[in-house]
Amino acid sequence: MEYFDFGVNLAFWLTILSTLLCVYYGAVNWNKDGEEKPNKKAKQWAKLEDKIDGDL
Amino acid sequence: MGAFENIVIILYLALVGYLGYLGYKQTKSTEDYLIAGRDTHPFIMALSYGATFISTAAIVGFGGVAAWLGQSLLWLTFFNIFVGIFVAFVFLGNPTRKMGYRLNAHTFPEFLGKRFDSKFIQVFGAIIILLFMPLYATAVLIGGTHFISLYFHIDYNVALFTFSIIITAYVIAGGLKGVMLTDALQGTIMFFAMVILLIFTFDSLGGVDQAYTKLEMVWQQTVAPLAEVSMKELKPGSADFMMKLSTLWGFEGWSSMPQFLSNGWLFVITTITLGVGIGVLAQPQLVVRFMTVKSKKELNRAVLIGGIFIISMTGFIFIVGALTNAWYFEFNNGQNALQSAGSIGKVIPHFINEAMPKWFAFIFLFALISAAMSTLSSQFHTMGTAVGRDLVEQISKKNMNSTMVTRVGIMVMISFAVALAYAFDQQPAIIARSTAIFFALCASIFLPSFVGGLFWKRMTKQGAISSMLVGLITSSFWLMFVHFKEAKELGVCQALFGTNSLLSGKIIFVDALIIALPLSIITAIVVSLLTKPMEEKHLEKCFKD
Repeated sequence: MEYFDFGVNLAFWLTILSTLLCVYYGAVNWNKDGEEKPNKKAKQWAKLEDKIDGDL
Repeated sequence: MGAFENIVIILYLALVGYLGYLGYKQTKSTEDYLIAGRDTHPFIMALSYGATFISTAAIVGFGGVAAWLGQSLLWLTFFNIFVGIFVAFVFLGNPTRKMGYRLNAHTFPEFLGKRFDSKFIQVFGAIIILLFMPLYATAVLIGGTHFISLYFHIDYNVALFTFSIIITAYVIAGGLKGVMLTDALQGTIMFFAMVILLIFTFDSLGGVDQAYTKLEMVWQQTVAPLAEVSMKELKPGSADFMMKLSTLWGFEGWSSMPQFLSNGWLFVITTITLGVGIGVLAQPQLVVRFMTVKSKKELNRAVLIGGIFIISMTGFIFIVGALTNAWYFEFNNGQNALQSAGSIGKVIPHFINEAMPKWFAFIFLFALISAAMSTLSSQFHTMGTAVGRDLVEQISKKNMNSTMVTRVGIMVMISFAVALAYAFDQQPAIIARSTAIFFALCASIFLPSFVGGLFWKRMTKQGAISSMLVGLITSSFWLMFVHFKEAKELGVCQALFGTNSLLSGKIIFVDALIIALPLSIITAIVVSLLTKPMEEKHLEKCFKD
């Protein structure tokens, strides 16, 4: 961007690049690491979480 | 308002009401969601995480700071996306989620307390949250209140009172945990509102080229002449006073960085960028959010949507914030943004009310208020669990009614936040500052123990406790006795030593985080290595399924 000085330009392009990195990472891994079977500990955790929320 | 605007507003409210009802009906318990295998649309899931991560209401405050200090604030956007989204979701999210289940931890203090097998850590963490989180809640309250006040042309205090009543009613009637669908809806509305705002701003200034040429010209015409004026001739807190101050701090325009290592540079980089940008990693409400994710897949998806969401929020508002100076100059008798709006916190609400069609201002107002409510309710949820689960259950006898104490605690917290919003309205840039203070404190106190707890088995209970104490003591000392702004306003240093700061020179512009975080990290490492490792059995409980 010709309107910014070097420091703001750097921030601007790093912002764009990091957004693209997020988009790329999310798109590539969109369906990866899924379908995890909840284990006993996760079940226990969820039960207690609902109780805490209910109390609040 | 004309008939068309009324129709748009009524249709919009009907849609919001319908979706809110639908969301309320579809709300599932955590158990249903995590265990029974029911799914939530990834878009809704990711957007609601994005909305939790950054308060859209506090953005109004930061937008005002951009109108004052310019687009050097884009450094914060970069940190928000790279650290707050990418690093947090890719590296911290899944380990946090898994360890949270293994330890059956439901709050951030409980997570740390159980990881290091220390009741003290849990209670200490809760006290820190209860002491400092109201600051962040205040920032959100002030942002929403300014908007209501300017839209309905009512006094700030009346708007604050009304807003507080609405929030209390919402919290009492609707429970504390945000409904995912409505969170996502608010996020979507804010996203489109920001896109429209950016396009409109450039369009009304004649395109990108014209807009930036005008912005430079406005600085030359309204700020550069202040070089001839002495600070003593200006009314403290006035628009010209603030702009003159920015030039003394090393700012040279709204599209450039302040001079390297100048007071302004240190403020933008250490307080705004690093304070908020790194501090987000140790946010209690975000850490808990990681545990409500079903699998790593959801975290992966949240990275994509979160990245786009954050650039459209902080990125766009910093650009628009700075450009409001050009818009006001052109359409408000040659005045810059601060001269037109009166104060930093009012710039964005004032601009939207003045520059945008009435119906757009209403939709923006409504989305902002809804976003503020969902942010506040998640903050009050965090404070409520800190009172009930981390404090009362840990230190009282079992027969104490923790639900009752929690509810009373939440009401006290709401009142405290409202009182702060009342007291701090006149402080310049308080919205951005109180957010920055809370984020920096969280990082200095919790971050080494949180990250060490996740990835370093050799970290000990003593290491975690010492690191937290060093983080708290150093940052409190810095805020009370050194940092140019807080030390002066808190007045402790003046009362004890007859001076606003114990140090002088540029160092007083360096944020507490820059001093406290490294010390806290070093303490965690050194004390852990000098103390006995935690028992293997305990570590297995933390790290093995």
